[in-house]
Amino acid sequence: MIISIASGKGGTGKTTVATNLAVSLGSGVQLLDCDVEEPNAHLFIHPLIEEVKIIATPVPEVDMDKCTLCKKCAEICQFKAIVVLGKTVLSFHELCHSCGGCMEVCPEKAISEVGRELGLIERGHMDGLEFVHGRLRVGEAMSPPLIRAVKEFTRLGGLTIIDAPPGTSCPVIASMKGSDFVLLVTEPTPFGLHDLKLAVGATRMLGIPCGLVINCSDIGDDQVSTYARTEDIPVLMEIPFDRRIAETYSRGQMIVEVMPEWKVRFQRLYHRIEKIVDLKGSMA
Amino acid sequence: MKELVVISGKGGTGKTSILAAFASLAKGKVLCDADVDAADLHLIMDPQISERHDFESGHTAIINQDKCTRCDLCRGLCRWNAISDDFVVDSIACEGCGVCRYFCPEEAIEFPLSTCGEWFISETRFGPMAHARLGIAEENSGKLVVLIRQVGKKLAEEKNLNLLLTDGPPGIGCPVIASLGGATAVLIVTEPTVSGRHDMERVAELAAFFKVPGMVCVNKFDLNPDQGRAIEDFARERQIRVMGRIPFDPVFTRAMVQAKTIFEYDGNSAAAGAVKKIWEDVAQHLDI
Repeated sequence: MIISIASGKGGTGKTTVATNLAVSLGSGVQLLDCDVEEPNAHLFIHPLIEEVKIIATPVPEVDMDKCTLCKKCAEICQFKAIVVLGKTVLSFHELCHSCGGCMEVCPEKAISEVGRELGLIERGHMDGLEFVHGRLRVGEAMSPPLIRAVKEFTRLGGLTIIDAPPGTSCPVIASMKGSDFVLLVTEPTPFGLHDLKLAVGATRMLGIPCGLVINCSDIGDDQVSTYARTEDIPVLMEIPFDRRIAETYSRGQMIVEVMPEWKVRFQRLYHRIEKIVDLKGSMA
Repeated sequence: MKELVVISGKGGTGKTSILAAFASLAKGKVLCDADVDAADLHLIMDPQISERHDFESGHTAIINQDKCTRCDLCRGLCRWNAISDDFVVDSIACEGCGVCRYFCPEEAIEFPLSTCGEWFISETRFGPMAHARLGIAEENSGKLVVLIRQVGKKLAEEKNLNLLLTDGPPGIGCPVIASLGGATAVLIVTEPTVSGRHDMERVAELAAFFKVPGMVCVNKFDLNPDQGRAIEDFARERQIRVMGRIPFDPVFTRAMVQAKTIFEYDGNSAAAGAVKKIWEDVAQHLDI
C-alpha cells in the first residue's frame, strides 16, 4: 500500500505525520521523501545512508559538423529550449523538458543527449525502516522528474509512505500519483482550509481516497471540521497544539520518541487508513 | 521602483501573515501574491476584483479517435507514458511537448492551448493588488509567477507607487526561481527548527545563486532560541542581513481567523512590536 502525506498549505505538519507514522509501524516500512525542493524527513529519521545516486535528465547536444541548420529542432520544441541563430544552434539546457523531440526530428541525426543534473537521491535505513529522498540541486527549476526517480524505489507489496511537497501543482501530483490513499494534514485556520480544499480537489482529480489529520486542532476556528463533515471526508486524527510537540520538532526529535503514548495513536491512524483502502478495494 | 519578495524555503513559517502585516505599515505600495499554487494573501486582504483574466500557457494533446489508426507511433515516442492502451491522453500526465502531434501520420492529434489559471487586478484597503490562481494540478506556475509580478510592477508604475510587496512561494524550485529574478531584495522568513534552518540555508543559497540580496528574520524565535541564534549566525556568515526576531504569538492565528493583519487585530501585541521594528529596518535598508 502507498500512502501519500500532503497538505496544500506548507508547514501544517506533513513531515511530522509522515515520520512518526513510519517509525510507529515497525520494520518493513518504506519512507520516501518526495519534497525534493526542501526535504526534511531525514532531519528526524537520521538514516544511515548507503547509496547516493546523481539523477540527470536528458538534454540535447548538437553535432555542428552534421547540422544543416534546417531548424526542425527549433520548430518542434515547445519550450524554446533549442534555437537556430545564424550559423549556430543554441540549446538552453535549463529550459529543456527532455521530451526528445529535437533528437527524433533531426534528419541528420546530429542531436544526441547528454545529462543535466537535477539533484541526487540518497537511500539508507534506520533500524528496519527503509529511507529514500531526493535533493534538488539548488538552481534547478524542475522537480517532477527527480520526484519520479525517487518513486522508482517504491517496493511493491510493502507499505510505502510518501512525504509530498506543499501546494497542488505538478510536483504534488507527481508525488501523489499512484497512491492508494492521501492523508491530508491541515490546520484549522482560514489559510489551512483554503489550501486544503485545493488539495482535496487534487486527490479527487486523481481518484484517490483521502482523509484528514487536523494539526493544532484547538487553535483557529471550526471551519475545517465543518468542511470535512459537509464533504464527507473522514477526520482520522487530531493533534492538539502542545508547546512540547513544537519544541520537540524544533530539535529534530520525533513525537513518538519523546511522548511514547503517541505511538499507538499513529498505529491507530494507520489501521483506519487500511480499513478505508480495503473497503474501497472490496467495492471495486 | 523597489520590489521586496518574501520567501521562506519551508512552508508555514508565517510568510503571508508577515507580508500582510507589512501591508499595514508600508506606504505607497502594490501588493502581489506570487504564491500562485496556494495563494492565501487574499484571505486577509479581501480584494475587490476589478480585472479578471485567464492565464493560458502550454498545450495539451488530444487524440481524435475518428482519425486515429492505432499505429502506436505516439505511444512509442511519448516519454511521459501519457497515452493509454486505447489511445486516450491523460491530460495530467501530458507534458505539452507536442512530439506525438508532430509525428502522427494521420494528423489525428489536436494540441489546444491550455487555460491553467486566472489572474486578477484588485483594490484592497491597503492599496492595489495583483494576484493569481493556478488551476489544480496545472503546470507553468513559474510563468504565472513571472506574469503576476509584471502585472504588479505595471500597476505600480501606472499609479506612481514605488514599492512592490511580493508574497513568494515555498520551496526552491521553478516558482521560487521565477519570483527572484530582478527583485531588489528577498526577506527570508524562517523558524527556529531543524527544518526551518535546513530549508532557509537552501533558499539563501538560491538567492545568492541569482545574486538577489538577502535578509532573514526568525519567526517564533522563543520556540528554540539556540536554533534561532544558529540561523542568525549562519546568515551573518553568508552576508545575509539579520532583521530581527518575532516571538511565538497566537495573535497571528487570531488575526487570520478574523481576516485582519496583526496590526488591525492587536497593534500592541508582542509580535506587532517586533514586526514593526523589522519593517522599519527593511524600509531603511531598501531606502524607501
